Order: sequence, then C-alpha cells, then structure tokens
Amino acid sequence: MKGIRMKARSRLAIAGAALAAVLLAATGCSADASAPAASPTPTKHAITGTITVFAAASLTKTFTELGREFEKTNPGSTVTFSFAGSSDLVTQLSGGAPADVFASADEKNMKKAVDAGVTSGDPVDFATNVLAIAVPPGNPAHITAWADLAKPGVKTVVCAPQVPCGAATATVETNTGVKLSPVSQESSVTDVLGKVSSGEADAGVVYVTDVKGAGKSVDSVPFPEAKDVVNTYPIVAIKQGQNATGAAAFIAYVTGPEGKKVLEAAGFGTP
Amino acid sequence: MTGRKASDAGATGIPGWILVVAALGALFVLLPIVAMVTRVNWAQFGALITSQESVDALLLSLRTSLTATLACLVLGIPMAVVLARVPFRGRGLVRAIVLLPLVLPPVVGGLALLALYGRRGLLEGAIPIAFSTPAVIIAQTFVALPFLVLSLEGALRTTGERYEAVAATLGAGPSSVLFRVTLPLVAPAIVSGAILSFARALGEFGATLTFAGSLQGTTRTLPLEIYLQRETDPDAAVALSLVLIAVAIAVVAVAHGAGEPLRRRTT
Repeated sequence: MKGIRMKARSRLAIAGAALAAVLLAATGCSADASAPAASPTPTKHAITGTITVFAAASLTKTFTELGREFEKTNPGSTVTFSFAGSSDLVTQLSGGAPADVFASADEKNMKKAVDAGVTSGDPVDFATNVLAIAVPPGNPAHITAWADLAKPGVKTVVCAPQVPCGAATATVETNTGVKLSPVSQESSVTDVLGKVSSGEADAGVVYVTDVKGAGKSVDSVPFPEAKDVVNTYPIVAIKQGQNATGAAAFIAYVTGPEGKKVLEAAGFGTP
Repeated sequence: MTGRKASDAGATGIPGWILVVAALGALFVLLPIVAMVTRVNWAQFGALITSQESVDALLLSLRTSLTATLACLVLGIPMAVVLARVPFRGRGLVRAIVLLPLVLPPVVGGLALLALYGRRGLLEGAIPIAFSTPAVIIAQTFVALPFLVLSLEGALRTTGERYEAVAATLGAGPSSVLFRVTLPLVAPAIVSGAILSFARALGEFGATLTFAGSLQGTTRTLPLEIYLQRETDPDAAVALSLVLIAVAIAVVAVAHGAGEPLRRRTT
C-alpha cells in the first residue's frame, strides 16, 4: 500500500501514506486498532485481558469507579490503574513503563508524552477543571471573593507555579490584577488541602473537584474569575501497550456517556 | 578502650565471606548514588545550583539544621544522662517514647506536631509558628533528637560510672563531675550523635512538608526544593540532590575530623 501510493506523486498521498505508516507502526499493524481514539463504541470484538491505565492522581476516584463499571460491561476484562502526578507518569512512560492508556491532568504533560514518542494516535480531551477557593469549615476568615485572599492577615496557601494548579493560580492573579502573598506554595493540591482542612491556613486555591472530593473537611468558595482559566484533561493510547483493543475501548468508555456521567458527578466539566 | 581491643582481634579473625557480603552492602548504597551522578547535566550544573531558589533553599537548610542540632544537644544530653544514670520505674517505657520519632513515618510526626502547635491544636495556636522558619526547626529537632539520645545513652552505659565515683569521693560536686568527667569521657559519642542528628535534620522532608509548609527562603528547605523542582526540571532536582549529598559528606568529614583527637585521647 505504501509503495503504490508513493508512485502517485501527489503530496497529499505521500502525507497520507506517512500517516498510515505511523499509525500502522504505532499499533503494531493491527488493522482494527489503527484508530484507537476515534472508535466511538466498544467494537464487536470481545474486550478481554488486562488494560493498564496510567492516570493523574486527581482522577483516582472517578477512574476507579469507571474501571469497575467497565469491567462489569466487558466481562473478561480487567482494568488496573497507576495513579500519580502527571509529570511522574510521563517520566515513567518515557522510561518504558508498561501501560495501555495515559490520562493526563493537563495538556502540558500530555505534550511531553507525545513529544517523547510514547503515544499512539491523537490525544482526546475528556474533562475540564476550574479552580475554587477552599476554606476551613465555617470559613473563619470570611473569604467571599478572590480579592479577599490578598487581604493582610489572611493566610493563603497555593500550589507552587511549577505544578499545574499553581500555574493556573498565577494566571488568575495576572487576569484579576490581584497578587497574592501566600504563606506557603505547596508541591501538590493535596498538601494545600491538608493545610486548609487542618485549619492552619485561612484559604487555599485548589480545583473544584478537589473541594468536592474532600467532603465536609473543607468548604468551597467559588469565584467567577475561575471560569477564564480552564484546565483540560486529555487521554491517549500508549504505543508500547499490550492491549490496543482494550485501550481503545476504555478510552471510548471514558469519553462516552458513561464516563461523562461519572466525571460530571465529581465536579469535572465537559471540554 | 574496648573498641581498640575488638578491632585488633577482628583484623586477624574475620572470615573471608564476610568481606564479600560487606562489599555487596557497600555497593548497594553506593551504586544508586553513582547512577544519579551520571544523570547530572554538567553543562548546566553551575547555573542550576546558583539560582536564587537553590541558594535560598541551601542556606535555609544549613541554618535550620544547625539550629536543630544545637537544640538536640541542649535537650538530648540531659535526656541521655537521665536514661543512662538515673534508675526509675518505667524507664523502658520512657526510652521507647523518646525513640518514637525514629519509627514514626515523618508525615505522622508532622501531623502530631500540628495537633499540638497548630491553630486548632492543643495549644490553640498560643505559639504562632505556622508557616514560619521556627516550625521547620521544631520539625527537624523532633525527628533528629532520638539519634543523639540513642548514641549518647549507649556510650554512657559502656563507659560505666567508675571515674565518676572516684571523682565524687575526691570531693567533686555533681555538676562538676558531669562537666569534667562524664561528658568529656563520652565526647566522641556526643560528636557522632550530633552528626547523626544534623544529617537527619538536613534530610527532613515529610514532617516539614506537613507541618511548616513550603515557601522560598522561609520554609522551603533543600529536600522540599528538590521535590518541587522534580516536577518541571529534573536536571535541577538532580543537581540539587548532588549538592545535598556533598554538604552531608562535608559535614560528616569535618565533624569526624574534629571528633578524632577526642577519640584518640580517650582510647
């Protein structure tokens, strides 16, 4: 096929051939898995075997639930998860870690994975998340708006700008012109939540889904400026995966109605 | 004294296989460090470790670890003397409690400190140290103290009380005996205990993260900076790790050198 198209000296055809070659190579020449992300429904083939999913830590609750549902719908399949920070997962994938699917908490880390050449097919966006202000129960410092975080005497904890939630926080600061003087810049959302739920901090900037997942231990103060800084979660199949059919089916499940339902219940938005 | 005898006997009587296992043990520790050194981006090394963030973190780490070591000496020497010399009911239990930070995961230590000093802790924030450098020092002292107590108490027991008894019969008061007999006899153990405490304080991560937070120049020590840099800049994280190792080795070497004359004198 490649050879024949090469003879027709059309640029388009060459580009198409190159794409086909990449896809073939990427999926180990398995015809029905050549477009994993695009397949809308689980195929006629029975989905069996183990599907290994590397997913961002913020997806722990939702993906665990989706995995269980997926196994029920596809008897004979097993979904195993490895949850960690997206950048850790990319490092592991680049190092050859065995995975079939990768779900990132941001586009930056997905780009790193794509650039490292470990992905197969195009990433698909499946969820969005926005920031929210978390306060200790009862809101002792009476935080009602973003600008309150910058008031003197208010102990605000944020994520460090190096991690996605911190980058988003910095963007809100720029957009609103309200610079914060945080008492701590933590390495992860969980550490920010911990400082708030223990009452050490008056407020913390985290994601809507984190506040929702923390239950009664923190209260949430939504702020309108958050909607301008949307964080997008992409998902993709992994080239060195052992179960391309399973990977495609799981991605279809997450991006399909079942996935949307579970993700929305957890506070995620639709891309 | 006993140490010299034991090593003389050992030099002639060591079975060959033990050398092989010892070498394997040394490699087990050394190889991961060597592997990390191979990852260092030497072209960027200077720039990576002289960035403002790195320098702040290093200076903060040195400052807090040294203060924590001093606190360990002030609190730990009396604790060790009491545990080694004063017989009382429940001594075993007290020793177990003193050593508790040794076996606690550091994060648990941090949570415990929060439960006491935190705004909603037992003291209801009477000492307002949240997110401040003193919180870092408290966390470091908490985890490092057992190292000093443990090594010093052992040395005090090994030395015995003969010289102290003699000094007392010659008319020396208790404080005079403590400062002029007891402590000089165990000076090498004080030095090595202080080194262990300093090393532990320097590497402290979990309790600091949980209890003190992470702000450049105030609470973000070198281990926290490494943990953060790893997110975006693995090269910087590796370079800083190497700095941490170098500092640890330098401190141990210097302190060991300082302790050597003391050791020779008492042997």
